[in-house]
Amino acid sequence: MSLDVSLRHRFEGFALNAEFSAPDGITALFGRSGAGKTTVVEAIAGLLRPDEGRVEAGDTVLLDTGRGVALPAHRRRVGYVFQEGRLFPHLTVRQNLAFGRWFAPRGAETEDIGQIVEILGIGHLLDRRPGRLSGGEKQRVAIGRAFLSAPRILLMDEPLASLDQPRKAEILPYLQRLRAETRIPILYVSHSVAEIVHLATTVVAMSRGRVARSGPAAEVLSDPEAVPFIGIDEAGALLSATILGHDAATGLTVLSVSGGRLQLPHIDAAIGAALSLRIHAEDVIIATEKPTGLSALNILPATVSAIHEGEGPGAAVGLQSGTDRLLARVTRRSVRALGLAPGKPCYAIVNSTAVARSDIGGLETGGWASLDTAPAAPTRDEDGMKNPSP
Amino acid sequence: MIDWLSAEEWTAVRLSIRVAFWATLASLPFGVATALLLARGRFWGRQILNLLVHLPLVIPPVATGYLLLILFGRQGPIGGFLMDSFGIVFAFRWTGAALAAAIMAFPLMVRAIWLAMEAVDSRLEEAAATLGASRTWTFLVVTLPLILPGIVAGAILAFAKAMGEFGATITFVSNIPGETQTLPSAIYAFLQVPGGESSAVRLVVVSIAVAMAALLASEFVSRRIARWVAAR
Repeated sequence: MSLDVSLRHRFEGFALNAEFSAPDGITALFGRSGAGKTTVVEAIAGLLRPDEGRVEAGDTVLLDTGRGVALPAHRRRVGYVFQEGRLFPHLTVRQNLAFGRWFAPRGAETEDIGQIVEILGIGHLLDRRPGRLSGGEKQRVAIGRAFLSAPRILLMDEPLASLDQPRKAEILPYLQRLRAETRIPILYVSHSVAEIVHLATTVVAMSRGRVARSGPAAEVLSDPEAVPFIGIDEAGALLSATILGHDAATGLTVLSVSGGRLQLPHIDAAIGAALSLRIHAEDVIIATEKPTGLSALNILPATVSAIHEGEGPGAAVGLQSGTDRLLARVTRRSVRALGLAPGKPCYAIVNSTAVARSDIGGLETGGWASLDTAPAAPTRDEDGMKNPSP
Repeated sequence: MIDWLSAEEWTAVRLSIRVAFWATLASLPFGVATALLLARGRFWGRQILNLLVHLPLVIPPVATGYLLLILFGRQGPIGGFLMDSFGIVFAFRWTGAALAAAIMAFPLMVRAIWLAMEAVDSRLEEAAATLGASRTWTFLVVTLPLILPGIVAGAILAFAKAMGEFGATITFVSNIPGETQTLPSAIYAFLQVPGGESSAVRLVVVSIAVAMAALLASEFVSRRIARWVAAR
């Protein structure tokens, strides 16, 4: 089931004009604050009536201003996880979870409450009230409540934004499991690339009320043209990698990517495990000849696929390495000096220390990970990758 | 305690409690509905409704009583209709005393519930809608439980006010012992006759005690409910 959205709405000093389609899986609605993301999800949920628009979930038309169709919010069956949880303070966790089910239509396919409780790890909280939960626990209950209301689609509006880093890391694995074990399309609003990397299969990048880029996550994130919307500091490509082995002597893990091999500081995963690596554009250097006498261990043959020059001195260069894409941040001067142009063969140099631990996805049951090798929801060790490379 | 008050005094106390109880109970649904309209309604005439509700608070109680007499008297437009159609009579009956007390206490009740309603996070009601609850259900299972402390506080406040209502009551239903002679009316009557002062003093003590007990109960109950609702 897919979600098709087309909206036009005008506020004072802000115009929304967005059109996109979200397939199965998690679609990240990405953009800086003020890009119009929340307006989009509120219009989908029926909490806001746009000037014009059409929203269709599967075969059901939720909104079509052209034909005068606008289902009220409570008849849309759109699950909504709010930034601040919004649990009912007078009900226990169990009653909060059951709330949506009371109102779900008879015969609607609902997720199994026991399974959701188990996935989210909230079994010990069932008889408590929201006032006594931590921020992370509240958000887990809110996610469960939305899942259990038999929604056609699920909207998550920055569900992790109000949490600190450890709490975010606590919830991400649960979301990954939910994505793997339920069949509800999810529209996930975020301004954090790190979250998207872990979760999204599709990315819709919004900027100033418009859809700037949309497509498969790996493509959008490695598209030089998308760099202005993502921000050069956050920009970076996703690589699918498989663990080939661990070298105890050097403390390095050897991974296979489609363009060659990478050696990275030890990654705690089994041999054969598939994972996704996020490589920041800043950490990729381009050479036109295979370099020698270099401390960097990782050199991948590549071809320039696209170049985006910004207004400053920098340029974003898209590279194709095997079936993977890479993104490099260089200066415009270097683009001229090296004569970079689409189609030109080159080498991408990735520093071994560049891949931050939190950017390795798929250690849990992520979309790129194979389910059987994934350990169940481990807590992340943020310091694991800070060792200097040899 | 029984011996402490004369039979006549007891009658006044019992009648007052009956009048205040029914005045509160019968006006409560209207109080909640009015508070809901005032807090959430966006309709033409909202300010007029607001004004009407608060009128008994600011005009002389005697004037309110007189207006009730005109409207709800046997010859009045509403009173005549109710008597002919349903056989309900307000004038010079204890039911009339309850009506007068209810009208006089109404602004206090509405204000307490209104305040509680303003304090309810409307984002919770949005959340209920996304979970499939219609407006009515949302009100019943989300809004109503959350404003329960306000409703209880408003009801007890209204009860205390109804116990003490005098001006509108005596104007509308007069001062008939056993039928419409409530506590304040009885105190007034005792003060008019020689030697009635000791009875008046005893009834004053009773009124103070009842009023204090009501206020304390209101505090206590609404705190308990608030704690239950928020589960701190």
